[in-house]
Amino acid sequence: MVGKNAPDLLWIDPDLLHPLGKTSRGFHIAVACLGAIVLWALFCWGYQLYWGIGVAGINRPVFWGVYITNFVFWIGISHAGTLISAILRITGTEWRRPVTRCAEAITVFALLIGALFPIIHLGRAWKFYWLIPYPNERGLWPNFRSPLVWDFLAITTYFVGSTVYLYLPLIPDLALVRDRTISWRRWLYGVLSLGWQGTRCQWHSLEWAISTMAVVIIPVAVSVHTIVSWDFAMAIAPMWHSTIFGPYFVVGAIYSGIAALIVAMVILRRVLHLEAYLQPLHFNYLGLLLLTMACAWLYFTFAEHLTVWYGRFPEEMAVLQSKVSGSFAVLFWLMVVACFLLPVPVLAFPRTRTVAGCCVASVSVLVGMWLERFLIIVPTLSHPHLTSAWGTYTPTWVELSITVGTFAAFALLYVLFTKLFPVISIWELKEETLRAQPTEPERKSHIPLFALGGGLLGAAAGLSLAVLTSTAMQLPTGGMPIVAWPTVGIVTFELAALGAIVMTLIRFVWEKREAIR
Amino acid sequence: MTRWAMAIDLDACTGCEACVVACKAENNIPVVGESEAAKGRAISWIRVERRLEGEYPHLKASFMPVLCQHCDAAPCEPVCPVYATYHNPEGLNVQIYARCIGTRYCGNNCPYSVRYFNWFDPEWPEPLEQQLNPDVFVRSKGMMEKCTFCIQRIRRAKDQAKDEGRPVRDGEIQPACVQSCPAKAMVFGDLDNPESQVARHAHSERAFRLLEELGTQPKVIYLKKEEWRGGQERS
Repeated sequence: MVGKNAPDLLWIDPDLLHPLGKTSRGFHIAVACLGAIVLWALFCWGYQLYWGIGVAGINRPVFWGVYITNFVFWIGISHAGTLISAILRITGTEWRRPVTRCAEAITVFALLIGALFPIIHLGRAWKFYWLIPYPNERGLWPNFRSPLVWDFLAITTYFVGSTVYLYLPLIPDLALVRDRTISWRRWLYGVLSLGWQGTRCQWHSLEWAISTMAVVIIPVAVSVHTIVSWDFAMAIAPMWHSTIFGPYFVVGAIYSGIAALIVAMVILRRVLHLEAYLQPLHFNYLGLLLLTMACAWLYFTFAEHLTVWYGRFPEEMAVLQSKVSGSFAVLFWLMVVACFLLPVPVLAFPRTRTVAGCCVASVSVLVGMWLERFLIIVPTLSHPHLTSAWGTYTPTWVELSITVGTFAAFALLYVLFTKLFPVISIWELKEETLRAQPTEPERKSHIPLFALGGGLLGAAAGLSLAVLTSTAMQLPTGGMPIVAWPTVGIVTFELAALGAIVMTLIRFVWEKREAIR
Repeated sequence: MTRWAMAIDLDACTGCEACVVACKAENNIPVVGESEAAKGRAISWIRVERRLEGEYPHLKASFMPVLCQHCDAAPCEPVCPVYATYHNPEGLNVQIYARCIGTRYCGNNCPYSVRYFNWFDPEWPEPLEQQLNPDVFVRSKGMMEKCTFCIQRIRRAKDQAKDEGRPVRDGEIQPACVQSCPAKAMVFGDLDNPESQVARHAHSERAFRLLEELGTQPKVIYLKKEEWRGGQERS
């Protein structure tokens, strides 16, 4: 963004720090409204906890409905941060600079919201912690062969990773704010900025830490939505047991993630007066990315449905028919319009690929992708193998209230975030303008080595956890061996990634501290 | 090794549903009420599926009781995150109610749709609570449940046999459905005992198993002279 479109260096600090100081009437009204919706949703959840999950519309055979749709949807949205931040950082793409923190914040909050839904949909939600492997004297232990346990490990790892990945580049900006505030704010930012002084060595360590995290977080993100897709693909329900689900869901996640990012940026741009920073060229590039993902989405959707149709398995044809021409046809074709037919013409032509055009396309994509998740879950469950068990599903006011409530909760978290932290990375913007060319690293950092070590430690921990505890439990399931090696591999991978992430953070804090002396 | 299994003679079954009623009485199965049943939430660990052929008045009906098949490669078992369902050493697919946190993944993965969920706390208006079977756990909301091959009767028979210092005799254990069938269409026993009735039925030329092609290795053996073709039945 160097050149005539670049924001004026002098105005970067005041423009981007402006929202942190004051709250306007608009802010108060927004927080009040969002807060009210969230409180209503919390009441509905309490109502459901007290009376039983029967207050939702799910039944036999449609045991999963809107809650799991929301779960998959939000975890999908969380892929925005990783793509933009990590991949664009690694490829040295400069236009990503004003966009990375918005995206990383979306990831963290989307994961937080998404991770609520596996708890909300439980029949006995107050026992959710039985999924955590903690020592107890009741003989309880999670089953590492279950995709739901892989979900728990993957989402935990991704949440820790994306929080670290949001936090590290935030540190210099936190120090900047610390130096400009007084009283409790100074204390808060002081603690959060870890005593950052901006010395050469500290910058050096930070760059290494961020680069290491970027490399580690990408496979984690891919694994998370793959594992979420395996909640369905591992099951033998008609049209679920498909090998395409892993990549299909990852592509869909990136697709909906970019759409969510565009919508968030449009709102931030207007409300926080960031027109000079979130420029039409950013929307142009993101719009092109969205267009690419639209085509990828269509490719996967076509491949999936063609394979099912051609194979003509009766139980799968029943589900396919219900989607394409039966009881789900309206939703299905609405999804096709919203995910492809509407956004693609808007995004394909430069004349319509404007800020407003990208916003319209993105909202359409978000609606379409929510429908896509719903249509993956409900038609299959409505048509199980034995036709006598076929059924229908209608969500109730409880499910709809909680759904709306989680959207409000996400918005509320984001609004509060923009009040406490600069939503555009100040130092990264300045870095681009001030640095003529990238400089060579002066001193070696041990962060990558520690990350590798952490990864190996984590892998060893995951391997022993899965293998030793399964062997101790000796509970056969589904004719599988007690130690099912493919499933052990998944646990090992996730804990390896968690180990790498944690060691990166620890080593960075250590190196940074040494750099002051 | 013992492997409990059941054989059901579809040529003898009249579709009277005595097995359904007996199961409900024996296993404390709640009555969910009319509106809940309309939503697809009725619980019936064994159900009778009905196939009709032809046009009235030349109608031919055949019946198939469907219950948990206690599959040796049960797809419901590996997906439970908390080991609330697993395969016990006697070949039963056991359900531990107190362990269940209600993810309902097992219900999605059962191709026979024989798993049922407690959407609300069951109610037994007085004096119905007096007919509850004390040998069977009373489930609360949020738990999955299904046929257990009347494990309480299996345990009682095994304890009795142990007290008397003898092995369990073939035909001594009768789950409630087997016991109540007026057509004597159902038989229960040890598949690994070659002398048992169930083992002999398993080798009958009339024997077939439901959805065998899925590889679930079900242990309910159905007997029928002609081929049972699945169709657009409603139970």
